[in-house]
Amino acid sequence: MAVRVQAEPFDYGAECAAFAAGAAGAGAVVTFLGLVRDNGGALRGMEIEHYPGMTQTALAAIETEARARWTLTEALILHRFGAMGPGEAIMMVATASPHRAEAFAAAEFLMDYLKSRAPFWKKEFGPLGEAWVEARDQDEAALARWQPGP
Amino acid sequence: MTLTILYFAWLRERIGLPRESVTTEAATVADLVAELRTREDRYALAFSDLRAVRVALDQQLSDFSAPLAGVREVAFFPPMTGG
Repeated sequence: MAVRVQAEPFDYGAECAAFAAGAAGAGAVVTFLGLVRDNGGALRGMEIEHYPGMTQTALAAIETEARARWTLTEALILHRFGAMGPGEAIMMVATASPHRAEAFAAAEFLMDYLKSRAPFWKKEFGPLGEAWVEARDQDEAALARWQPGP
Repeated sequence: MTLTILYFAWLRERIGLPRESVTTEAATVADLVAELRTREDRYALAFSDLRAVRVALDQQLSDFSAPLAGVREVAFFPPMTGG
């Protein structure tokens, strides 16, 4: 089980391969990769701010909750902060379970909670200047299906 | 008591600082916000709509009615946009 928060880019292929190697015997691995959207070529870049003291704790709590709900042999949450360009990898999650349905469900759960319960804030830089990305109501609504949650 | 207050994202930008130390007798988060609002316009502006503000006490998500007794670090920020 691992939580990593870093400014540096990561190699999704290498991370997936390492995760799968460590999850040998599980039977099912699900991975998800989140990229910086290019907004049709209009986005110049993104800056992600976070709350260093709280981020690791919040992510670990989300991961612990996922492990309590599903049979996971391994889980990984990797999230970047700082400056990144269009198309760059922002974050990934990976789950390993004896059963594919559990690996998928746990990965979705991790994503839903990361969106609105992990202390990250995105700012986009576009042709009209900079703007903080606003949280969407549907992100909050997505948590309802997992209640009671962390 | 003396609290460390942290601000993130547009709250940090509107207030103009990432953190500060505040000595207060505020009993709850709401009391602290009321006190901060009276300081200067930039605080009043940042805290003008609390529906857009979240709070963490000692790095745990909390709410405005929470008591501040025993708390060392208060963080204010907009709804999170991770993932």
